[in-house]
Amino acid sequence: MSTADRLRIRFSKLGKVRFTSHRDVARMWERALRRTGLPVATSMGFNPRPLLAFGLALPTGAESLAEYLDVTLGATDRRWNDPVALGLLATSLSEALPEGIDVVAAATISGSVDSLQQEVTLCSWDLEVRGVTASELARRVEQLLAAPSVSVQRERKGRTFDDDLRPAVRSLSLSQPPEPGSGDAPTWFRAELATRPRGVRPRELAEALGTDVVLTRARRTQQWIERDGTRWEPLNVEHRVGAGIAPHAVERAS
Amino acid sequence: MRSLWPSIEPLLDRVSKPARYIGGEQGAQVPEHGPGKVSWLLVYPDTYEIGLPNQGLQILYELLNERPDALAERSYAPWVDMEEAMRLAGIPLFSLENHLAATEFDLLAFNLSAELVYTNVLNLIDLAGLEIRSSARRAEDPLVIAGGHCAFNAEPLADFVDAFVLGDGEEVVGDITEVVGSWLAGGHAERAEALEALASIEGVYVPALYTMGAKGVALGGVFPASRAAPGEVLKRTITDLGAWPYPKRQLVPLTEVVHDRLNVEVFRGCTRGCRFCQAGMVTRPVRERPGEQVKEMIRSGLERTGYDDVALTSLSTADFSSIEDTVAAVMGGECGDQPVSVSLPSLRVDAFTVATATEIARVRRTGLTFAPEGGTWRMRRVMNKLITEEDLYGAVDAAFSNGWRRIKLYFLIGLPTERDEDVVAIAELARRCVEIGRRYHRSPTVVASVGGFVPKPQTPFQWCRQDSPAELRHKIALLRDASRGVKGLSLRWHDPEASAVEGLASRGDRRLGAVIERVWRAGGTFQEWSERFDLAKWEEALSAEGLSLEEVALRARDEDEALPWDHLSAGLHRDFLWSDLQDALAAVAVEDCRWTPCYDCGACTDAGLEHVVASNVPPAGGSQGTGQDLAAADRVPVRFLGRAGAR
Repeated sequence: MSTADRLRIRFSKLGKVRFTSHRDVARMWERALRRTGLPVATSMGFNPRPLLAFGLALPTGAESLAEYLDVTLGATDRRWNDPVALGLLATSLSEALPEGIDVVAAATISGSVDSLQQEVTLCSWDLEVRGVTASELARRVEQLLAAPSVSVQRERKGRTFDDDLRPAVRSLSLSQPPEPGSGDAPTWFRAELATRPRGVRPRELAEALGTDVVLTRARRTQQWIERDGTRWEPLNVEHRVGAGIAPHAVERAS
Repeated sequence: MRSLWPSIEPLLDRVSKPARYIGGEQGAQVPEHGPGKVSWLLVYPDTYEIGLPNQGLQILYELLNERPDALAERSYAPWVDMEEAMRLAGIPLFSLENHLAATEFDLLAFNLSAELVYTNVLNLIDLAGLEIRSSARRAEDPLVIAGGHCAFNAEPLADFVDAFVLGDGEEVVGDITEVVGSWLAGGHAERAEALEALASIEGVYVPALYTMGAKGVALGGVFPASRAAPGEVLKRTITDLGAWPYPKRQLVPLTEVVHDRLNVEVFRGCTRGCRFCQAGMVTRPVRERPGEQVKEMIRSGLERTGYDDVALTSLSTADFSSIEDTVAAVMGGECGDQPVSVSLPSLRVDAFTVATATEIARVRRTGLTFAPEGGTWRMRRVMNKLITEEDLYGAVDAAFSNGWRRIKLYFLIGLPTERDEDVVAIAELARRCVEIGRRYHRSPTVVASVGGFVPKPQTPFQWCRQDSPAELRHKIALLRDASRGVKGLSLRWHDPEASAVEGLASRGDRRLGAVIERVWRAGGTFQEWSERFDLAKWEEALSAEGLSLEEVALRARDEDEALPWDHLSAGLHRDFLWSDLQDALAAVAVEDCRWTPCYDCGACTDAGLEHVVASNVPPAGGSQGTGQDLAAADRVPVRFLGRAGAR
């Protein structure tokens, strides 16, 4: 298994399709890969499944510009070192996937690269909220950043307990400086949220900003691998050439 | 035409499984509305995950969207949380394609596949913003029509639905489009005009043009009250399934649904003649799809969808003339070069069938399901499910010896002439199956799943008594006692109270409409979901209307009594059904008429049809009554039941 090459694919999830679940997206990929005929390795055992490894689950309802998928190939295939072939594969996969899911980059990675689940430690988000004015939101963001700890209630196995989400909030800022008199127009802000030791969901962050803050849109914009004090985008791990980001993808599905 | 999406979208963050409301499936169409196009909203009155795979709805969806004078969108019953959010926000029932309000359509067409969804039909008409009663709707409102097997007794919904369609939908949707199209073009001033025009279409029943008999033997019967009303409405039948290779673009959902796989219908109709089976009776004659077309539909379907699982659907797929050829083609890579698994729903019970099932179970062999239905050969003769003891134990032996570890057996209880010993025999039969399994596995499992018999219209049992919930509970208790202590045997049963309500809706007359309305007003939607089912609501509604479970559902009907569906015909002669019932009561079996002489049931001869089968010899194995010595059929074969050492 360790010698077989893998493809790492970055894809977007935008528009209506964001209401599908993480499991739904996995099924879409299985069907799309079969339609394109890409030879994918399968698991051993009674019920062989294609070897696909997704990164962090995206909450149902959230959008993303940066979802990742590692596909273990059935055999080492030199073809995928060629950026043109990869670009064509990306196009045909996007065509086989539902509207709103598009491949934006792809590259080969060797079998020894760690899994996305292990490596990704930080995500960038664009979040849209309503319910409070932009200047009020700016005030609460400052408050939250200044607080040594921020307690939230979490539920696990039917029990609720308090948890501190402050350590996971690496940065938080309004996307634009607040304009006076903007009323109840939606406000976008940016957040960088760590995934360890316990990740923070955008909804939990909104709740921590006040019960009157309603999260109306969440879009993951980046996932990060942090190593030696530097951030890496998961596709650049080996500096391979990908298919490049398709700028139309954002507009098409939003 | 305004898309409701901007107001729907904010609700979806707060409801369960929001992907049910977004549309966008592979194969979904986004039709353009406009003058000269009759717009259909095809509505499935259950949740998206149950309704999406429905092949009937998908076939009509494609056919209508292919026509230059029609278009079709889809809608499914929103789950309770979504319905509540929609009503709060003032959002009506909407389509999934353009997210348009239901009232933007010319027709709302309901698929009636099960009786317990009737309260949902009312709820959806109401959620659309329409009056639930047909007579209260205005000329500018959409017409509400319904089709599917339940339409063969339309009376419980007669007050709410403008027109019912009987039989195959492929051709009649075109006729309806033309009639509604010219009514709309003529200014659609009078609703009555539309109803009369619809009634002139063969296979279409317009209940407003009929009245119900009020007393005596006529009570509950239905009689024409207008010159536009034919005395009998005969179902539509397509003669050549090969001319309708649909769905060509099966919908591939974005989210989880039941039967999430490619479905290819290999034949329609069934003449095995099981007397309890409404589907088998109302879909006659047998019309097979040509084997080559089946293969082509599998090949193109797999390529287009990316599925790795195909189901060959019909009422008894092992009876398909080209079954071996088709299975060999799929397994041999003729229909695509990636591994595919094949599902064969509705297996016949014999060793041949098990051999086919084993061949297609490439990898995992978990469970295999058979439906002997009766515990004794006498009961199986009564219901005409002609499975001999030899075939049954042979099938079970073949299954366990081929590596299957779990066998599921379906049975019916509450059938005519049934005695306690027939019921107890189910446990004995299942116990013997466990014993057979022990020869091959350390801990084999046999699941006996028991349902309560509900007499269905248009079947020989339509006159029979239905067991009350108390009687069914007594029989279930007998079975539990008899199977206690049998290791490896697990007994499951269907809720007797749900069977009682299914019986109400199955044989109810026009008076049941008010009962359904009361249950709906009391919040009784999604009655087919056990967590939402509530018998008390039904009993209260019945007594408020001066009716009872006994009178509407349970009691036996007299021969001369008018039945609420006498004016609706599946092509079967009433005297055929009656004499088949007499045979049943005498435990006399009849063979499959595909391969033996005609019993003149009426399904072929009156419609000028014949069975369309590629082979005029019975399938290999020759089981289930065909070419077998039925006199010896109850003899338990020694080689299956002797001691293990005796083999």
